Amino acid sequence: MQIKESPEVYDVIIVGSGAGGGMATKQLADAGFNVAVVEAGPFFDPADPKTMTQLKWPYESPRRGAGTDRAFGEWDMAYGGWQIEGEPYTHEEGTKFNWFRSHMLGGRTNHWGRISLRFGPKDFKGKTRDGHGEDWPIGYDDVKPYYDKVDKLIGVFGTNEGLPNDPDGFFLPPPKPRLHELFYINGAKKSGVPVIPGRLSMLTKRINNERGVCFYCGQCARACAVYADFSSGSCLIFPAQKSGGKIRIYVNSVVREVTTDQEGKATGVSYISKDDRKEYKLKGRIVILAASACSSARILLNSKSKQHPSGLGNSSNVIGKYLHDSTGASRAGFIPGLMNRKTSYNEDGVGGMHVYSPWWGDNSKLDFPRGYHIEIWGGMGMPNYGFGFNHNEFNKFFGLKVGGYGASLREEVRKYYGSVVGFGGRGEGIARKDNYCEIDPTTVDQFGVPVLKFNYNWSDLEIKQAKHMQDTFEEILHNMGGEPLGDKPGKNRDYGLETPGNIIHEVGTTRMGNDPKTSVTNKWNQLHDVDNVFIVDAGPFVSQADKNCTWTILALSWRASDYIIDQLKKQNI
Amino acid sequence: MDRRKSIQTMILGAGAIGLTGIQGCTTEEDAALLDQEIAVAEKYFGRTPEELERIDELNAEQLFNAHELETIGVLSTVILPPKEPFGGPIEAGVPDFIEFIGKDLPKLQNTLLGGLMWLDHQSNSTFGTDFKSTPLEQQKQLLDPIAYHDVEIPIKKQTLEIQFFALMRNLTLTGYYTSEIGIKDLGYKGNQPNVWDGVPQNVLDQHGVAYDPEWIAKCIDQSTRGDIATWDKDGNLLT
Repeated sequence: MQIKESPEVYDVIIVGSGAGGGMATKQLADAGFNVAVVEAGPFFDPADPKTMTQLKWPYESPRRGAGTDRAFGEWDMAYGGWQIEGEPYTHEEGTKFNWFRSHMLGGRTNHWGRISLRFGPKDFKGKTRDGHGEDWPIGYDDVKPYYDKVDKLIGVFGTNEGLPNDPDGFFLPPPKPRLHELFYINGAKKSGVPVIPGRLSMLTKRINNERGVCFYCGQCARACAVYADFSSGSCLIFPAQKSGGKIRIYVNSVVREVTTDQEGKATGVSYISKDDRKEYKLKGRIVILAASACSSARILLNSKSKQHPSGLGNSSNVIGKYLHDSTGASRAGFIPGLMNRKTSYNEDGVGGMHVYSPWWGDNSKLDFPRGYHIEIWGGMGMPNYGFGFNHNEFNKFFGLKVGGYGASLREEVRKYYGSVVGFGGRGEGIARKDNYCEIDPTTVDQFGVPVLKFNYNWSDLEIKQAKHMQDTFEEILHNMGGEPLGDKPGKNRDYGLETPGNIIHEVGTTRMGNDPKTSVTNKWNQLHDVDNVFIVDAGPFVSQADKNCTWTILALSWRASDYIIDQLKKQNI
Repeated sequence: MDRRKSIQTMILGAGAIGLTGIQGCTTEEDAALLDQEIAVAEKYFGRTPEELERIDELNAEQLFNAHELETIGVLSTVILPPKEPFGGPIEAGVPDFIEFIGKDLPKLQNTLLGGLMWLDHQSNSTFGTDFKSTPLEQQKQLLDPIAYHDVEIPIKKQTLEIQFFALMRNLTLTGYYTSEIGIKDLGYKGNQPNVWDGVPQNVLDQHGVAYDPEWIAKCIDQSTRGDIATWDKDGNLLT
């Protein structure tokens, strides 16, 4: 079968349409370049009534919202999941890593939590700070102008608190706390844990006339039909198209490799169309990978040639290494003070926390480096599959019988509705060379492309951090007058530390640096080995910080795009 | 058919909240600014073609026979008797939901099918008739020993009949409270356009908490949410 080659030569080919790919698309198309976006999944627009799940009721589905076909429940807007049929991944024996992929225009930005945190000055200089990991080749001052621009372009609510490592920004005003969040504020204060308004990319206020304003349905995970939250399609790609950008989107197109010429320079990509299972080639002057940290690493490792025998850009043999996800642990509790709630009002709020706790600890007094922030959930949410399970379990705290049947069930359901809160700790794990993904030559996906094999182990440092989370959660729950639920995970369960990958903040597989021997890209997200290939997902992250990675992906993608524009104008690439 | 769902209702929402004593945006100008519309498809519920295909496949299968479905209807009604004006499990479609979810989550099947057999066997042995034909008082005699489980022992380590009843109670409650009438009964007010402007004062009072004025001063003034945001160079919001 012959590979079909398109005669058109694009200025830029962008692989992937999530946060990094979307931002590069917008910047480069706005600058007048001819852009091809290659996306493995289908077209998706949050405003399309056919695919929309926002404002659906559980009874509109026969399974009432159960998560059988979508990992985070039936209404979640991610096509994909932890496992995708025909697209496996494997593990080194005895290690674990869970990989969440979403194949659709906009990628995982359609369902993510929109928690939008800047890295702080310390976060770029980990090694200087405590000897662990490596410093970034750039610092906060290099990225700050881009964080500022991202805030204004996309919109994020929050407050300027003047904190040293949780920088101020250009925020929209936050929503007022919900009832359970007031309980949390009081409980956390008793333990000296600071609480500030959440920082999430949802529009509590208009930022332009194209996007809507939040109407507080609490369903950002379903993607917003009025574009009041950030998704890459609705906020970056569609606006770039509307303002006349030359953008061709190839959907259902799985990139196999970056193609190169005799000199080893990239000439484009080859991809397999899911629609006809045929292979195609696209030509471009520049290739930008934004397929997600692990997928971009996989494409590069699979792009072998005479000039690049160990994979494109892999002369350092660092691609795939230093893979790291956020640490995560959680605990829920029953709060008697939140019983017998009035249901007279709608407290959906935004699709996430109105308050949170940034890291507060002093590591010189702790047995682990770095830190974590605390995310809070609770409230009178919409019933979905699972609502009412073990409806009177909390009777045990009052010495009452658990179980039963009859008219009393209604009273019990109402009595306990909205009385549970939960905390999630999201922290920084140390990037290590021996945590990695690599090509598994024994296994291919349904398109014949070799898959990734993961090798990842947490160290004692992350486990100790999880212990600190559990102790903190329990203390705050008690301060709230609450009863922690379930057994406290102990040493034998690594204190509830989540399996690597579970927090879906995987970064670091193509880390940036000044030394081509120990890093994959330079400080402009450009491959050391090949000057016309860039990576704008979270692969170039040197370290993760205890911040969610999206805002930094967006800032660095914009920064790299500006560099590309400059270099193209100077005819350097 | 697609219809246009006007987010203008959010203004009505704000007015209604205003009546309960919370500040809301009620002026005509604000209403005009915030007139947003969403196209909503009534016959779709956001499934991909593959997902719809699987639902069709499941619907073409039959898990429970007619007798079993009737027994599920009777048992769920004993678990959660109907209440005016909402209704009960039958009105909430609980038997159909259990039929579907049993196929959707096959791990539930043995517990459900086996439990139903156990229930009839127990009823026949004790009263000489199947469960659904037995008077309520006798049904309760059969259920009382399995309806209150020992919370110290994980449910998976308890006998089939206890697991069965706990599962049936869970599915009955989830089926009821995820139905239109169950959501009304619960009183959940969300899943519609709204203007969140904080917890009502009477609720704060009931739970003994208060807003910190300093905190609230930083929060969105909902009467300005239609104004386009601008900042000074230090990130102070000007609008």
